[in-house]
Amino acid sequence: MKNFDGRILFLDRADINTDEIIPARYLTEIAKEALRPHLLEDLSLEGFEPARDTAGKAVVVARQNFGCGSSREHAPWALEVNGINLVIAESFARIFRQNMFNCGMIAVALPAAAIAEIFARFAGRDTVLKTDLAGSRFALTAGEDRLSVPFSLSGFERALVEAGGWVEYADARY
Amino acid sequence: MGKTIAEKIFDAHRVDNPSGDIHVIRLDAVFCHEITTPTAIVDLQRRGKDRVFDPARIKAVIDHVTPAKDSKTATQGRILRDWARRHGIRDFFDIGRNGICHALFPEKGFVRPGYTVIMGDSHTCTHGAFGAFAAGVGTTDLEVGILKGVCAFHYPVTLKVNISGRLRAGVFAKDAILSVIGRLGVDGATNRVIEFGGPVVAEMSMEARMTLCNMAIEAGGTCGICLPDQTTVAYLWPFIKGEYADPAAALAAFRRLHSDADAVYDAVIDHDVSDLAPQATFGYKPDQVKAVAELAGTPIDQVYIGSCTNGRIEDLRVAARVLAGRRVHDRVRAIVSPATPAVFRQALEEGLIKIFMDAGCCVTNPTCGACLGMSNGVLAEGEVCAATTNRNFNGRMGKGGMVHLMSPATAAASAVAGRIANSQLFQG
Ligand code: SF4
Repeated sequence: MKNFDGRILFLDRADINTDEIIPARYLTEIAKEALRPHLLEDLSLEGFEPARDTAGKAVVVARQNFGCGSSREHAPWALEVNGINLVIAESFARIFRQNMFNCGMIAVALPAAAIAEIFARFAGRDTVLKTDLAGSRFALTAGEDRLSVPFSLSGFERALVEAGGWVEYADARY
Repeated sequence: MGKTIAEKIFDAHRVDNPSGDIHVIRLDAVFCHEITTPTAIVDLQRRGKDRVFDPARIKAVIDHVTPAKDSKTATQGRILRDWARRHGIRDFFDIGRNGICHALFPEKGFVRPGYTVIMGDSHTCTHGAFGAFAAGVGTTDLEVGILKGVCAFHYPVTLKVNISGRLRAGVFAKDAILSVIGRLGVDGATNRVIEFGGPVVAEMSMEARMTLCNMAIEAGGTCGICLPDQTTVAYLWPFIKGEYADPAAALAAFRRLHSDADAVYDAVIDHDVSDLAPQATFGYKPDQVKAVAELAGTPIDQVYIGSCTNGRIEDLRVAARVLAGRRVHDRVRAIVSPATPAVFRQALEEGLIKIFMDAGCCVTNPTCGACLGMSNGVLAEGEVCAATTNRNFNGRMGKGGMVHLMSPATAAASAVAGRIANSQLFQG
């Protein structure tokens, strides 16, 4: 299983699309590792500097409709090779969300109020998140400030995370 | 309780129900192109699973960057080509016979009503025009599709969009779908199937229906779908004549797929297009839509007529009608990319290519081309393109470029005007 704990990269925007996560000009790469320097290179977000802001982060928190646009699995891969295996948002585009679980990664939608609270309390601060998969809770910590947030995954999503992705799961069953 | 067409197709293909509303379905076709498939092939090899479930149900094409522009894209092409040969995939389309996947595969008769189709490409929803459940997927889903011929989806929830009224002269399927997306928003149909119906869709050609379904994903839809009818049968007849006694028999069979009168929809929207004027986008999201008149005068640097949305023969005919006897404005570069070799040939025979060339357009080989800013037609920082494509994301056609999505008529008229403009076909 992959790592789902670490520092949070806050992206305070809705509709972050796959072209922003990894631009089409890098789709000629066959090796995932080659995507590493280009994560979020075209993101339009005031004050955001891709290399500086993604360094050392393990979790992304964003607003609605994260990962809309193309079907490119390069988007989860670009996150993965940068050590980010968990994205938390208010909602996701279908293909992106499925791609995340297919790679054994996690894309979790939280209610709008929970996302709003996370942004209000933690954005702009050095925040660490720990995932309790069995207990279905995220623990966020910034200095003395702590927050525990429940989440839910379907049985299928859990199975994919545990199997390390859909290829192994499907080849064993169908 | 009645069922929608998507539910009927799903039920006829179910293999497993691993949890909740997740269902694993059997696939009738798996489509592949050279951008997303090579990574799947390489990964399957790495896992020691370099197999295909059925070479006859896999179709592959090199379309995004063709001819190859550099060593990396040449390698992508080679991986796909070698794989197709290795596994006896007969329907593999390379240089000279290749065109944009979502235009080429329908043209070859590879999509049928009731089919389930996946491809590692978000605009796979295009094929829903034939009454198929066709969805874009990522590389891992594609890998499993190639390996096992199955894919997992949520049980379909359908949003019905009835397009009513009548399109005015100079207003096209592209304008209709842009206005629908403007209304639904970029996530208005997320996790849902959009079933397009109503009198306007009933009168549309297959090409126009493909334009509609092509952009279902821009509202977040899993797929777009149209009910197969006489028009569908007429289009497919050369490919299905061996399977049915006559067109009426085919129609009767396809009708059984139609959504039942008491089918349950998540929502039903009536979208009256009677007063609709030509539409165009103005931002970096496909739901930022306005009437062309409101954007008129916006200076442009490039015009792009092509793509899986609007690179078919009907689109070229409309563009040629607007461009005939006119010249592309001095400050504009106009590029026309016929979607497939058959479209190119037809355009040549009808004299459309001559009209484009006389007007000063650059006509390219069939390819995705400028649509995704990967090969030709890339914009420079700060440049503006009037395009018949489907996506206007920031950086889509080149870093720092702006893309305005519109119909072929509007794009052609803009090419002449040197700024965004309505075509003479529209009498506002
Ligand atoms: S024409 Fe554009 S949208 Fe269509 S398949 Fe090619 S790159 Fe994708």
